[in-house]
Amino acid sequence: MTVESYPFYGFLDLLCPMHAVLDATGHVVHAGPTLHKVFQGKPLIGCRFLELIELRRPHVVDTMKGLRGCHGLRLHLRLREGLRTGMKGVLIALPADGAAPGPSGGAIMNLSFGISVVDAVRDFGLNAGDFPATDLTIEMLYLIEAKSAAMEASRKLNLRLQGARIAAEEQAYTDTLTGLKNRRAMDHVLDRLMQSEQDFALMHLDLDFFKQVNDTMGHAAGDQVLQDVARRILTETRADDLAARTGGDEFVLIFAGLTSRERLGEIATRLIARLEEPVMYNGEECRISGSIGATLSCAYDRPDPECMMADSDLALYAAKARGRACHVIYDPDLREDAPLRGVV
Amino acid sequence: MHGLVNRAIERFVRDTYGRDVWIETMGRLDLGYTEFEAMMMYEPQVTKQLLAAVGERLAKTVPELLEDIGTYMISHPDSDAPRRLLRFGGVDFVDFLHSLDDLPERTHLAVSDLDLPALELRDLGDGSYSLTVGRSKGHDLRLGYVVVGILRAMADDYGALVFLEHRGANAGQEVILIRLLEPAFASGRAFELGVGGLAG
Repeated sequence: MTVESYPFYGFLDLLCPMHAVLDATGHVVHAGPTLHKVFQGKPLIGCRFLELIELRRPHVVDTMKGLRGCHGLRLHLRLREGLRTGMKGVLIALPADGAAPGPSGGAIMNLSFGISVVDAVRDFGLNAGDFPATDLTIEMLYLIEAKSAAMEASRKLNLRLQGARIAAEEQAYTDTLTGLKNRRAMDHVLDRLMQSEQDFALMHLDLDFFKQVNDTMGHAAGDQVLQDVARRILTETRADDLAARTGGDEFVLIFAGLTSRERLGEIATRLIARLEEPVMYNGEECRISGSIGATLSCAYDRPDPECMMADSDLALYAAKARGRACHVIYDPDLREDAPLRGVV
Repeated sequence: MHGLVNRAIERFVRDTYGRDVWIETMGRLDLGYTEFEAMMMYEPQVTKQLLAAVGERLAKTVPELLEDIGTYMISHPDSDAPRRLLRFGGVDFVDFLHSLDDLPERTHLAVSDLDLPALELRDLGDGSYSLTVGRSKGHDLRLGYVVVGILRAMADDYGALVFLEHRGANAGQEVILIRLLEPAFASGRAFELGVGGLAG
């Protein structure tokens, strides 16, 4: 039956372009223009509706009688072929006595895409004219697209802020001259070691004869010495150790997991040897050395960073007092050393 | 001012005149940064200074510059989002013109802190329309010439032939006269509903 011969179908096409009118045997006698588009030219008229589209919920007998029993309910359906797109629907069972327009004992099924509308619009090449004028699909597609664009802009901003935060943190923890860590980073690492109750060794390193380089050859030479020293320290430490420059020519090193006095002594000896290799500046040799004081957390019943810093510093004084270019590992007996009496 | 506005100016300068022109202009403004973030807010003053500096650098008046920016936003292949979002407004150019009344609210749904000026279309009959561009709430920047640029590019997009005239400002409102000479002059650019957003 055509729209021309039966104006009621024209109304349906306008109000709900994705509908099908079924006769009493469940065969399609009319379908709205959008439904035709969904079936991409495949003939619908005369086909049994339930062979084209499957009723998934509610579960009823797969017959026209079962379908008519769903009058007014929210229906979940699916295309039987092709992309098997999901649909929502509602069915009006037409009275058998011809009291309503349409085939007696038949049904009108109106369909929509529900949540699969974004894919459906693309898959079936639908446009604004395929939806009723009062339908909100176009507004929804607009919103999805506008929100996605806004979200993408926000996501990019977040990425840039994240990058900036990491760079700022990195900068806040770095000594800009040498690229070593700074005192803030050192405090942070000490806190972390305390919280995780990990053993470690703490080392104070002071350069010897650095002041002479600075005074006789200038600050530029001094800066280069510091940068060379930093590089040498880094080659003598592992990635998870910390090397920080905490003052002009003062460094603190933290060796996570180190509990052996011998091992700590070896590291100190090697470090001093490396520092004594001359640095060349404008063709001139700068010669320095270093004094080291160190302590081990395993030597304390309850390691305390402040106390360990003080003890390691005291050991450094002892090393300086013993003629520099040597290392001392803290021992409580140090406090009895004659030259240190004034310091303690 | 919403960063999207400043960002649009930035993209226009970079995509049309190149990075060097942009960096040089920003360097002269001395704001302490060279890029605008689309999703951050800036002082309205910054936008005014920026427009003045770009106008000077490109030897354009601010109205000329604003109109160029409007056209750029719609027609440049790298910024497809505004064009697509506006195309949702209607199936043809007349339909689109009538959708402009809703544009500030539509925009508000997507980016809640972007305040666009109120737009009001009047159908003068015989294919003539007047579009009143009101003032924005947060700033006193007049955006009427941007709208002219956008309308020009959208007419192209729909394939319509139009005559546009900015009739000046009156009591804070700008009036644009639109004369539709030929609704389907050329074939226009394609628009498929389902290719942007999630599908992209």
